[in-house]
Formats: sequence, C-alpha cells, structure tokens
Amino acid sequence: MLKREWIYGWLLILPALSLIFLFTHFPAAMTLINSVFSTPRGGKDAHFVGLANYERLIHDPVFWKVLVNNLWYALGTIPVSIALALLMALLVNRPFKGRALARMAFFTPTILPLIAVANIWLFFYTPGFGLIDQILGFFGFGQTNLLGTPSSALPAIMVVAIWKEAGFFMIFYLAALQSIPLQLAEAARIEGAGRWTIFRRITFPLLMPTTLFVSINAVINAFRLVDHIFILTGGGPGNASSLLLYYIYETSFRFWDTAYGATLTVVLLSLLCLLAVGQFFLFDRKVHYK
Amino acid sequence: MFDKLFKGTAAAVTLGLLTAIPAHAVDLQFYFPVAVGGGAANTIETLTQDYMKDHPDVKIDPIYAGSYQDTITKVITASRGGNAPQIAVALSTDMFTLLDDGLILPFDNYVKTDADKAWLEGFYPAFMENSQVDGKTWGIPFQRSTPVLYWNKEAFKEAGLDPNTPPASWDEMVAMGKKLTKTDANGNVTQWGVRIPSSGFPYWLFQGLVIENGGKLANAEGTETYFDSPEVVSALQYLVDLSTKDKVMEPGILDWGTTPKDFFERRSAMVWTTTGNLTNMHDNAPFDFGVAMLPQNKQRGAPTGGGNFYLLKGSSDAQLAAAVDFIKWITAPAQSAVWTKATGYVAPRPATWETSAMQDYAKGFPQVLVARDQLQYAKAELSTHENQRVTQILNDALEAAITGQKTPQEALTQAQAKADQVLAAYR
Repeated sequence: MLKREWIYGWLLILPALSLIFLFTHFPAAMTLINSVFSTPRGGKDAHFVGLANYERLIHDPVFWKVLVNNLWYALGTIPVSIALALLMALLVNRPFKGRALARMAFFTPTILPLIAVANIWLFFYTPGFGLIDQILGFFGFGQTNLLGTPSSALPAIMVVAIWKEAGFFMIFYLAALQSIPLQLAEAARIEGAGRWTIFRRITFPLLMPTTLFVSINAVINAFRLVDHIFILTGGGPGNASSLLLYYIYETSFRFWDTAYGATLTVVLLSLLCLLAVGQFFLFDRKVHYK
Repeated sequence: MFDKLFKGTAAAVTLGLLTAIPAHAVDLQFYFPVAVGGGAANTIETLTQDYMKDHPDVKIDPIYAGSYQDTITKVITASRGGNAPQIAVALSTDMFTLLDDGLILPFDNYVKTDADKAWLEGFYPAFMENSQVDGKTWGIPFQRSTPVLYWNKEAFKEAGLDPNTPPASWDEMVAMGKKLTKTDANGNVTQWGVRIPSSGFPYWLFQGLVIENGGKLANAEGTETYFDSPEVVSALQYLVDLSTKDKVMEPGILDWGTTPKDFFERRSAMVWTTTGNLTNMHDNAPFDFGVAMLPQNKQRGAPTGGGNFYLLKGSSDAQLAAAVDFIKWITAPAQSAVWTKATGYVAPRPATWETSAMQDYAKGFPQVLVARDQLQYAKAELSTHENQRVTQILNDALEAAITGQKTPQEALTQAQAKADQVLAAYR
C-alpha cells in the first residue's frame, strides 16, 4: 500500500521533473562539460583541454572588469531599489485621494519590457537634445554625454535598472503591509510608541520574509537582466558598462567562442548559487516567520 | 436560395483552383537584415514577389532577421542545427568567420556560361576585395555602403565659409570646424564643427582616417593586423585631437543612431556617416546640405561597408542553383536600381548607374554620385579570421583613447598584442 502511494507520488511530479531536468539540469551539466573542452572550429572537433579555459579566464582582464562592474552594479541597484520600493509601498498604503493613480504610476515601469524602457531612457540621455540636457540647458548648464563617458556609463545604466525594478518590489511590500494586523500598531500606540518606533520594532521585522524574497530576486536580476545594455551602450565605452552576462553573450554569440562562453557561464552559475545559499542561511536567522 | 447556391458554387470553384496550383519545385529561404531606416524590408519583399511572378516554380521565403548581428547569429545557429537557409545577406566582413566554420559555398561552381562570368566581373573591384579569397568568390555585393561627409550649407554661410566648398584635407576640416563651432553666452557649445560617431563600431570610420593617412589595418588574408603602425597611431591621434586639442568635436563616445538627428538639429555642421543614410538626409534635413568625399591627408580614402549575399551549405543542388539564379536577378541593373533608390546604398555595379532609372535619379539628386566616385579610392573594410573578436579588440582600444583613458600609442600597442594572440592560430 505504502509502495503504491510512493509510485503514485513520483508519477505526479514526473512531468515537472522531466522538464526541469531537460531544460535546467541537463544544460547546466552540458555547460560544465563544454567548459573543459576546446571550441570546435573549422572542421576541428572539440578536444579535452582540462582547466585551460579557466586558466585563460584568470588572465582575462575583460572578465575581471565585467565582474567588478557587476559587483558595483549589484551594490548600487539592490539596496536602492529595495529602499525605494519600501518607501513607495508605505506611501501608497495609507489612504489618500488618488491612491490608485499613485499605485499605478509607481507600477508602470514594471509592465514595460526592458527594451522599451531602454529606448525611453536613450532619449533622456541623448547628448544635446535629450530630455536631461534640455532641462540642464534651461538652467544654463552645458551638454552632458552620460552614456559616452566611462565614469558615468555604468551609473547611468544602474539608474535605469532601479527605475524599472523598484515598482515591482513595491507590489510585494504593499501586499505584505496589508497582511500585518492593525491591532499591533494600535496596541503599540496605546503604549505610547511613536511612528518610527512602530516601523522599526513592528512593521519592519514583520516585513522580513518579504525583504528576503525581494532581495534574492534583486540579486538574481542584477546578474540576469542585461537587455538595456544592448540598447544603451553595447557594453562600452571600452567595457565600462559591460556586465558578466553581456560578456557571456558576446563571447558565445558574437565571437562564437562557445567553450569559453561555457566557462564564463559556470562562473556565473556558481556565483549565483553561492549568493542564494548565503542569503538563505545568513539572512534566514533574522527572518521572523509567523 | 439562389444566393446560397451561388455561394456554394463559388466555394467549390475556389477549392478547385487552390488544389489545381502545382506544388513548388523549389523552396528557398532567404535571411536578410535591415540596418537603415525607411522601407528597406518592404522593398526586399516586393522584389522577391516580382521574381516569383516570373518564376512560378520557385518559392522564396524572405525572412527579416533583425540587425546584421542578429542575422549572422541566426544564420550560424540555423546552420549548426542543420536547418541552414539557402541565401543570407550578412556583413562582407563575416566572410572569414563563415569560411572558418565551413558554412558557405563558393559561387564559382554556378558560374559556367560566359554571361555568368560577365555578371561576376561586373562589380566594382573595391567591393570584391571583401568577397574573394584564395581565387574564389564567397560573397556577392548587395547592400554596400561607404562613409561620406555631409555638410550643412546654411551653417557654412553663417560662418563666412563658401557653402559650396567642403573641406578637402584634414587641416581644412579642422580650420573650417573651428569657424563652425559656436558657443553661447555661458560658454557652452551650441554647434560643433564636425562629428565622427564612435559608438558600437568606431573602427569603421576610423579606418577611413587610416587609409587617408596611408596606412592599413590588416592584410588581405586576414591573418595580420597593423594596429600599432605609425600611420594608424597618428590617425588616432588626429581623431582624439579633434575633441581635445582643436575642440571642434564633442568629446566622449558619439552615438551612431542619433547622428542624423544631430545634423538636422544643427548641433553639428559636418558629420561623417554612411551613404545608407542618404535617403533619410534627403527627406528630413530642414536645410540645404552637401555630400562630399572624406577629406584626404596623404591620399583620399574610405572603407567599404555593408552586406553581401552568401550561399549556404546543406541544401540540394537544385535549390542552390535556383538561389544563385535569384541572386543574379536581384543584382541585375533594373532591380539593383530599385534597391539603391529605396535605400541609398551604393549600386555595386557600373551597369546599374547606366540605367535610365538611375540617371534620372542622379539628375534630381546629384549627391548620390559622390559615393560612387569615391569608390576608386575605397579599400576593403577591416576583416580578419575571428573577425568580431579582433574588431572588438580594436573598438575597445579606440574607445579607451577617445575617452582619454589611454594614449593612442598605448591603446593600440596593447590592441596589437591581443590581436596577435587571437590570430596566431591562423598564420
């Protein structure tokens, strides 16, 4: 009897399991295998090269450049977009006139595809007659070239990502805020607690599960979303705004160096695994589940 | 009742007609990119329809595949997956990449009669440089371009220059640029003298400077680059100086896409860009403008650019023969004239320029002749084995020098070392 149930259970998850093996685990394993072979070129088959691709990676200045870029990108976008999301959620959680409109306005960037967003921002950033330069020009400033200058290209891309992400995270915070019982705040107020204390000691701790979920998503997105780079800078000038995944695309599908592309992918995969595991184990202790 | 009967009959007749049409003898797939604005994709569709009207046994499926980059990615992916199209338009510079991967066939097998040979020899030699290697023809020039200098005649007049005389040399371009650069009361520049766009693929216009300076970027076999030669370094120094020393060009990386708009908005009085923009400029410039050859230093010069037809492996002989026949048809003078007029691409054959359609067109719009006349000074666009990687190495070096992170000498010496590493395997 027990055995029968066991088989039944496996059969139920079989479709999902086969899909995840076919489209997630199998490609990941293939990537790992490809990374220890050479790139097949011009009739020459791939042959085993051991760790040669990884050795090349260590000596590849572009790899280190995009890795450091990606770390700055993550550090710059994740905290800001989460803080902004929380702020917006608190703002539109209280009743006021035009609340629905404000919620919609905050959420709109999320609905747009990233490519469309990038095209909008390309118009903002265009030197000379773009929106930013027109506003600056009105106040008598000269023109800027934010995307064409190495020091400002990456921050300019980060702003786009924050603009796009914050509204999405806001929705999660808004849902979480509405599930916090009102009595808690009321009781605290009777005890004489101020607004800040209520937020710090009650609301924020109760939001921790959401913060964990949102921050994991934010970390993944910081490494996963590179669409806007294609439109805005193409990774330039001189790789100043290139990120790890964009470099993987360039290596695999522009330079057709698929073995080295696989090696870079293995690095990205391990990095993401490490971050997710770290977040779950370190962060989880501070999370207060109901 | 009558009505119903009528409808029934009509349906039966239609069905009969549909089944009566014979199956096509040959099916062809044709991937093409669109890199310029306007109705380029529609023109390709129309031309293909016209061909099929005359050749009912051939069915061609033209597939718009995105940018040049998207198209080559799709072609290589489809070929590796065993579903190669028969015909593809891709950058002429991708020839070595396609050859090294063993994905393309030479056209020579299908050039048998004297008429065929005359067709193959009827293209401008400058365009064939990137299409032939080892005595075989791997590409047929189609949407080919070359950069030219556009200048705003009104701005020239305002600056006290002769509106009908563009700069003929590097020094003249700087001298005129200084007169054309205007600043407002706050000291901010409102109009720059010249704009040489540098985003994405700065190597292309830069190659123009290198040729004018008497240098070259690579050998014809695509195995050697000369990035750190004195001619190349001093050409980059000239480009960098335009922004830093002479202050006639906006500093930083300048975007390709917004260059025509920048010209229309009178933010740059002279711009370097492709002839592929000619129709766009003609239709949208709110002032009188001129088109000139790129200015010379030691000599005149410009790179060629744009796309070739390629013939892909993996299809039956009947399909490939039909594909070549289509390519012959679409590059013939009558069709080639339609294509050039719709886009501004340089007609790749002298015969096209002799058609009455093109002669009438040139009479009303003489600027189109500049690109043709420049062809005698043109050289093949930079193309090597592992082309995309090698050009990216050069692009990174150019961007580093333009944005002041490295000196031209430093950037190009490093680029040459990196290119040597990549190309060593092909020597």
